[in-house]
Amino acid sequence: MAQTRTRKGKGGKAGSPKGGPFDVHGVSPELALELLREMLKYRRFEEKAEEAYAIGKIGGFCHLHIGQEGAAAGCIKPLSDSDYVITAYRDHTQAMAKGVSPNAVMAELFGRAEGVSGGKGGSMHMFDKSVRFMGGHGIVGGQVPLATGIAFRIKYHDENDVVVCFMGDAAVNQGGFHEALNMAAIWELPAIFVVENNRYGMGTAFRRVSLTDMVEKSSPYGIPASRVNGQDVLATYAHFRDLVAEVRGGGGPRFVDVETYRFRGHSMSDPVSGTYRSKEEVERETHEEDPIAILRDHLFAGGHLDQKGLEEMDTEARETAQEAFELADASPMPGPEALYAHVWAEINPNGRLCFDGRGESPWR
Amino acid sequence: MAVMTYREALNDALREEMQRDPDVFLMGEEVAQYDGAYKVSKGLLAEFGDRRVVDSPISELGFGGLCVGAAMAGLRPVVEFMTFNFAFLAIDQVINSAAKMLYMSDGQFPIPIVFRGPTGAALQLSAQHSQACETYYAHAPGVKLVTPATPADAKGLLKAAIRDNDPVAFMEGELLYNFKGEVPDDDDFVIPLGVAELKREGGDVSIITHGKMVHVALQAANKLAKDGIDADVLDLRSIRPLDVDAILRTVKKTNRAVYVEEGWAFVGVGAQIVATIQEEAFDHLDAPVVRVTQADVPMPYAKNLEIMAKPSADRVVDACNKVLYR
Ligand SMILES: Cc1ncc(C[n+]2csc(CCOP(=O)(O)OP(=O)(O)O)c2C)c(N)n1
Ligand SMILES: [Mg+2]
Repeated sequence: MAQTRTRKGKGGKAGSPKGGPFDVHGVSPELALELLREMLKYRRFEEKAEEAYAIGKIGGFCHLHIGQEGAAAGCIKPLSDSDYVITAYRDHTQAMAKGVSPNAVMAELFGRAEGVSGGKGGSMHMFDKSVRFMGGHGIVGGQVPLATGIAFRIKYHDENDVVVCFMGDAAVNQGGFHEALNMAAIWELPAIFVVENNRYGMGTAFRRVSLTDMVEKSSPYGIPASRVNGQDVLATYAHFRDLVAEVRGGGGPRFVDVETYRFRGHSMSDPVSGTYRSKEEVERETHEEDPIAILRDHLFAGGHLDQKGLEEMDTEARETAQEAFELADASPMPGPEALYAHVWAEINPNGRLCFDGRGESPWR
Repeated sequence: MAVMTYREALNDALREEMQRDPDVFLMGEEVAQYDGAYKVSKGLLAEFGDRRVVDSPISELGFGGLCVGAAMAGLRPVVEFMTFNFAFLAIDQVINSAAKMLYMSDGQFPIPIVFRGPTGAALQLSAQHSQACETYYAHAPGVKLVTPATPADAKGLLKAAIRDNDPVAFMEGELLYNFKGEVPDDDDFVIPLGVAELKREGGDVSIITHGKMVHVALQAANKLAKDGIDADVLDLRSIRPLDVDAILRTVKKTNRAVYVEEGWAFVGVGAQIVATIQEEAFDHLDAPVVRVTQADVPMPYAKNLEIMAKPSADRVVDACNKVLYR
């Protein structure tokens, strides 16, 4: 993959801080501006993906993160490069937050050779070992035991890293979630299990499929739980900064209910509202609980950002998305040899591995 | 005859069987309020209420097993898996509980249950969402396996599956839901399990297949016809019970056979069909049977690779030419 992957935004360009003291959860104005820049980048990226999907450049299932950017930015920013992140299929912005370039994510969405998974994974399966982004996973809850295994490795080698495992609210009803949390607890593994609680599965409200509150889900296993407002990225950042320090220090696993809201339909083919949530609810949440608007207003009020600074930042975000679109569009499709590449890690000298009778496989 | 979609045909079958037997109920993710992820259960909540049309949490192992238990205790569950890809979480309960219960209990506990949902690939859904799952279920004694290709078959076979006293894996196709066809008006239109259908009659070569691939086989047969080759297209409709007589009939007629399936070749459904043909009609074969399957790789996302990976009408034509030594 010829992409250069940069970790974190450039920082301190547009709208540089000039106002008074900025004392929110101990987050500096510079960092707050950087979080805003990142969230804008994610938002414009996802809007561009939406556009590309509408004109058929992207196929299959495509789940956007619009409205939930605070979770990607706030939970991942406190991590170091060697920490791990793993998530479900709604994975574009988490990948970027961990350091995958927007170009490589967009090329993957387009199914192109320069995509982060070579075009073979698509929207739901972004993987980048070089930045320890351990994937987008398509089976609800499937990534939770995997995260526990990654944490097992960290402890096995007595390393100092942590793994952050994202999941949707609907995933906590899978058996694997419960089995994995129990093991993480008994072996005191360095994992932070994060529910991006947008209140709904596809079209099912969480309260219809659980009598207990989200924050209670880890208590049977003795894993300390907390809740944070994911639309307030500064609170989310500060919360994770502290949690990561605890877990890195050997504190064992943690469970966090990050309250958020999905502004779009479940996937590109689903309606934004319907029997499961009203149009009014979506409008209200979109207007009042937009993580980008909340942080913007905060920075405006503190005098750390003005309209001009915001516009510069937004232009930059739009340019990044546009460049990703153009590069993806110009990127070649994977070559035919990619079809049979990476089915097996090892081609044994004896015996036959391939059985489709086509005679096209290079490793029969 | 009414013209309806495959989706509507399934919906009709569910409705009629629920009207007919109060112990039939439907459970699965998004089946009630959302009217089904693919709208197969549209309107059923309104008609039958939430006692009989039940939205489950995303807990495939849990509700799969729950329904097996309900069947042990006398209900007749229809379990909707949003797709069979997700049923891998539940397959323990299908194989270890449903398939073996009657046998382990010396005949005391029949399990009249239907596990239904789409199998196989749609378009660019990538590796975890594009699997043809027939083989996993066909392998175990105790599970029946049904794969309708047309609206009429969808309706008649689903009604039969619901009335059957054994566990039935009923595999649909996401790309079939909008497919239209004629369906008999008779509200007791039941197609018995285990009866294959010749979807096209020819005499030169037998294309044997099941499920969505029936349409690929028919496309191939049309291409061959332009070339003066007339193919039989035999749709098995159910894999277990398997209509061996129909397979032997067509093979004995044409002496040349191709099996087309959506999934992987290795230990696939076609492997069994080929074994059965050579065991029971060896002397009638003029060429080795050839299989057309998915490439032996997980399904890739990229459009060009996905097209390469899937079985296609052109590949079926090539296979027919091969058994015809053309
Ligand atoms: C095991 C399994 N069952 C069902 C599905 C289909 N499905 C995909 S996403 C989804 C809803 C998940 O909701 P949630 O966990 O809250 O995540 P969100 O989409 O809200 O981010 C469902 C039912 C699946 N992918 N995997
Ligand atoms: Mg959710």
